[in-house]
Amino acid sequence: MLESVPEPAVPDVLAPSLIGRNGLMLALLAVALLLPFVVQNFLIFQLTLVLVYAIAIIGLNLLTGFNGQFSLGHSAFYALGAYVAAMLMDKVDFPYPATLPVAGIACFVFGFLFGLPALRLEGVYLALATFALAVATPQILKLSPLEYWTGGVQGIVINKPDAPFGLPLTQDQWLYFFTLFVTVIMTVLAHNLVASRTGRAMMAIRDNPTAARSMGINIALYKSLTFGVSALYTGIAGALGAIVVQFVAPDSFTFLLSITLLVGLVVGGVGWIPGAFFGGAFVLFVPNFAESISKGLSGAVYGVMIILLIFVLPTGASGLVRAALQRLRAHKIQ
Amino acid sequence: MPARASTSLLSVRDVAVSFGGIVALEGVSFDLEPGLIVGLIGPNGAGKTTLFNCLSRLYTPSSGDILFDDSSILARPPHQIAELGIGRTFQNLALFRNLSVLDNINIGGHCRSRSDYLSDALHLPWTRRAETSLDLRSRRIVSYLGLDGVIERRVGELPFGTQKRVELARALASSPRLLLLDEPACGLNHEEVEALSAIIRQIRADLDVTILVVEHHMGLVMSISDRVIALNFGRKIAEGVPSLVQQDAQVISAYLGMQRT
Repeated sequence: MLESVPEPAVPDVLAPSLIGRNGLMLALLAVALLLPFVVQNFLIFQLTLVLVYAIAIIGLNLLTGFNGQFSLGHSAFYALGAYVAAMLMDKVDFPYPATLPVAGIACFVFGFLFGLPALRLEGVYLALATFALAVATPQILKLSPLEYWTGGVQGIVINKPDAPFGLPLTQDQWLYFFTLFVTVIMTVLAHNLVASRTGRAMMAIRDNPTAARSMGINIALYKSLTFGVSALYTGIAGALGAIVVQFVAPDSFTFLLSITLLVGLVVGGVGWIPGAFFGGAFVLFVPNFAESISKGLSGAVYGVMIILLIFVLPTGASGLVRAALQRLRAHKIQ
Repeated sequence: MPARASTSLLSVRDVAVSFGGIVALEGVSFDLEPGLIVGLIGPNGAGKTTLFNCLSRLYTPSSGDILFDDSSILARPPHQIAELGIGRTFQNLALFRNLSVLDNINIGGHCRSRSDYLSDALHLPWTRRAETSLDLRSRRIVSYLGLDGVIERRVGELPFGTQKRVELARALASSPRLLLLDEPACGLNHEEVEALSAIIRQIRADLDVTILVVEHHMGLVMSISDRVIALNFGRKIAEGVPSLVQQDAQVISAYLGMQRT
């Protein structure tokens, strides 16, 4: 009978805002493409790391922001991705771009398997289980039986790749573009995902698991797959990070890295994909800035800055950007 | 046991549920014929919501069986119940509060559409088509229940009565053959209750759905139900047409809090 109800009109309001949004995206992409030609090499390196962090934060956001599962263990996935890439290049001379999918798949499998028992844990208990993973990872990487592959405490040093096809780019510029390319793909995929039936199922589980189950959503399947996909994102970030920094060592991947990603997630906005770029920039630049204010108390200054930010912007950058867009739209209509 | 054709859509057979020694349901049996509106009444703690939770597989009965379309639902995991054709609303609202009205209703249609993780991430043409047709279906339901004005709004910020209606819309989106309504009138004002009884009748007429409704609002139950089942202390104490159940001595004593018989 419902078929006989007249077809409702899809609101027209969406159309211009969609064009506006795409225009904004293209403009931002153009800026991102021009940036490495106008700034210093070291800043290019830092911007590349912002992108790397952004990919990892998107991964965490898919899990925590969209699916409601907490993780303090994403440093472990980042480490796994980084080591897989480093070992492949070091031991079997893998070309660096080919390490990314391998690292991603390895982390997906590991994350999915970790997600299965984690299904029984909720909220703070899941946070504790993932915390254990984060704490164990650097120690496992240092184990002497694994030293042949992991390099033990020393880690692995990687060569910095040159720009291919004789492109007139510095190594830093080339790595920036390579990372930007991967970042754009990963961002678009994440955006597609959260706007789809799968994304709605993920958010339904976050908002009300009982109702989600009654709507026919297979909670175990979506939760464990989301865990895997989240680990995949973070693992690819780890692999890129290893290539960019040219070095992996156990103590780069402590529990503190998990917290860094979590800070980036909250600062950027939980449940908002573009927030990862704000979050990535924050966790990369603000600690340095804090150190420039006070060397001795940089940690405290950083802490105060986080508190101030949360106080002013409780929903992170997402709240600020949304409010700005709303004001812009209201202005246009007038 | 020889297979026998039955005319009932739902058959509840001798169902018992207990929580750590406390008996919530005991020996409850009844049948629902297709196309009926059946009221489920009883004082607080009578076991009405427990029964609903068994029907949607959130609880598993300790004994007895529940047949839907002549096959037991107890062998099915909870997430397959919607696909079988049993939809429900919840007593205290169980909406996805951070999502829009349309998203909530689309999630209601989850079991009637297909996609997978990878195709969704790649935004493949076939998932786009599935998404468009799901969206269209949901928008029809939105119009059907008069929710057009709030379609893009976040559910959590809507008034209570509107949220209840969104929940109803979400349940309809799964194209149920059996619709379980848990206290649909609870918290609604007089006009909203009037409108609700018209909507429930309209849904039955338009959508070919059987409706089981738990309700404390006697005026509503008695006016819309073809049949009423009364529970008290986890047992069925009466079943029949509303006028008869209303006069049943056990029902009256259950509601007036007189001695348990």
